[in-house]
Amino acid sequence: MGEPAEINEIKDKGLEIGAERLTEDKIEKTINSVLKGETGARLKAYVDTCIHCGLCSEACHYYLSRDNDPHFSPVGKVKQTIWEMLKKKGKVSPEFIKKASEIASTECNLCRRCAMYCPFGIDIAYMMLIVRRICHMLGVTPLYIQDTAHSHSVTMNQMWVKGDEWPDTLQWQEEEAQAEIPTLRIPLEKEGADVMYSVIGPEPKFQAQLIYQAAVIMNVAGIDWTMPASSGWDNSDMAMYTGDNEIMGRVKRAHFETAARLKVKKIVMGECGHAFRSVYDVGNRWLGWRIPPVEVVHAIEFYHDILKEGRIKISKKFETPVTLHDPCNIVRGRGLHEMSRYVTREMCEELIEMHPNREHNYCCCAGGGVINCGPPYKNKRIMSNRVKAEQLFAAKAKGAKVLIAPCHNCHSGLEDINHHYGLGLEIKFLMDILYEVMDKPE
Amino acid sequence: MHDLYIFITGPLAWAAFILFIGGSLYRLLAMLILVNRKERFIFSYMSLRYGLRSILHWITPFATVNMRRHPVLTVVTFLFHICLIVTPIFLLSHVILWDESWNLSWWSLPDGLADFMTIIVIAGAIFFLIRRIVSPEVQFVTSASDYIILAIVAAPFVTGFLAYHQWFAYEFFMVLHILTGEMMLVAIPFTRLSHMIYSPFTRAYMGSEFGGVRHAKDW
Repeated sequence: MGEPAEINEIKDKGLEIGAERLTEDKIEKTINSVLKGETGARLKAYVDTCIHCGLCSEACHYYLSRDNDPHFSPVGKVKQTIWEMLKKKGKVSPEFIKKASEIASTECNLCRRCAMYCPFGIDIAYMMLIVRRICHMLGVTPLYIQDTAHSHSVTMNQMWVKGDEWPDTLQWQEEEAQAEIPTLRIPLEKEGADVMYSVIGPEPKFQAQLIYQAAVIMNVAGIDWTMPASSGWDNSDMAMYTGDNEIMGRVKRAHFETAARLKVKKIVMGECGHAFRSVYDVGNRWLGWRIPPVEVVHAIEFYHDILKEGRIKISKKFETPVTLHDPCNIVRGRGLHEMSRYVTREMCEELIEMHPNREHNYCCCAGGGVINCGPPYKNKRIMSNRVKAEQLFAAKAKGAKVLIAPCHNCHSGLEDINHHYGLGLEIKFLMDILYEVMDKPE
Repeated sequence: MHDLYIFITGPLAWAAFILFIGGSLYRLLAMLILVNRKERFIFSYMSLRYGLRSILHWITPFATVNMRRHPVLTVVTFLFHICLIVTPIFLLSHVILWDESWNLSWWSLPDGLADFMTIIVIAGAIFFLIRRIVSPEVQFVTSASDYIILAIVAAPFVTGFLAYHQWFAYEFFMVLHILTGEMMLVAIPFTRLSHMIYSPFTRAYMGSEFGGVRHAKDW
């Protein structure tokens, strides 16, 4: 395969132009204001406790995939970014900030695997987020992901979906699905429904069939559900990953308030990992909620429940052998790995495990906003996850033909890995299979 | 020489213990005050059950995936830390000193075993030193302070070993042993040796987040 020569000299206008506008004085002031104003005992304890042992290295798919290059070890990335800022008390150059932004935004997926390898449980993803926060305050964020943050700010969704396009898309999918189930509805704005179903921006933008499938599952399972017609329908959150916590807060507030306005009992989310992290773990905290103010249920848990309760019957199990990817944000982030296995086994004849798996699964290298940094980093992202290709190839060698990736970012990232390394796997969401094998009314 | 001995085992020893204990308490308190002032949410996520679950896994040899991946390092690390803490506390000559000064006495190690444990600490330090130089991922994040704290930890054991065997310059090594021992005590709260103070808390916090919020293992 061709080795792209340019992965070490990527040009990103967001970083280039952002860094040109910086002065040393502004950098120093900004870094210190973030460190003093927004960090506390955690960062201090992490920096004072780290014994520089390097034991986090082998946790990281970047490190493993880049021939154990220490620049890509978790602690190596900390050294090149936050340690330096702390040591120099913020007196670093614009060039340094540009590099720090690239490292924190495109060389770490915040997957938190390293936290399970550090003897002290140091949260390196948290430190990378502080670096992103500083770079955001300095206006040095990769261009493509900054654009999605702008979209969140303007439209309250990630993909510049306009106000009328959203209900339009739902109506379109409802009509499509009615060809299959004539009584099917996608109930909009139904106050007091049990479930508000929320999705990420890309679903109406270019994966509308997922809304179709979800509608079929909801209808067949007899769920009292609704979707909002206004903004607040999008649960995704790239602002969380650019360090733009203020916009993250606005987006999450809109989401929770929409659920409150509709007086639903819980929010059920589509198969997305980062959105789950944002709604379940991060955004709620920014808004001052220890746990989310409305119960949040990820699709995996929802499928698990409706299968277990017998609301959905499987007419014929999926025959092709499958392997299952454990997305970081819902496995290390929510421990849904046994439920995803239950769902998979209920639906499929044969599950072939990839190794390592569950909490120790390798990241897809797309999450944490990395894939959202766009085309400039695509080759680097793929080259930096050779270890995933090897892991998947081993599962394929054991007979797996379909790869289940119950997360949007994982899905897209693994598609790139699949294509580049010629794995020849078919990648599916759990929902794709559930829709295919479930008992539907004639 | 006698005056010097009186001084380093008297006022200087007092100073060392006060700085060690007082400094450690200060660092702990400062951390808690800082948490209370800026990150109070940490208290609401801290869970005794999950914190202890995590600590227990990480102080049990080979109970975590990463320990199993590095069996030699795991064995060295555990032996090093156990000997590092146990040897000075239960060394017969140290217990006698406590007894003479304070009338406090407790069980002590047979001298031969203590000698062997000292060798383990020294060998462990050499192992860590070599690892630091030879492993690229460790070398990359190594700074002068890493060598210094390793030397601070190794010094009382090297000098104690030489003084115990009295092969040459006994008095010199004895004095050096006391001085380096005191230096290590003082260094604990004020260098990254403070991982001794902080690590139970960082571990418990990560364990609480993984257990209580994320319903996942962290080992």
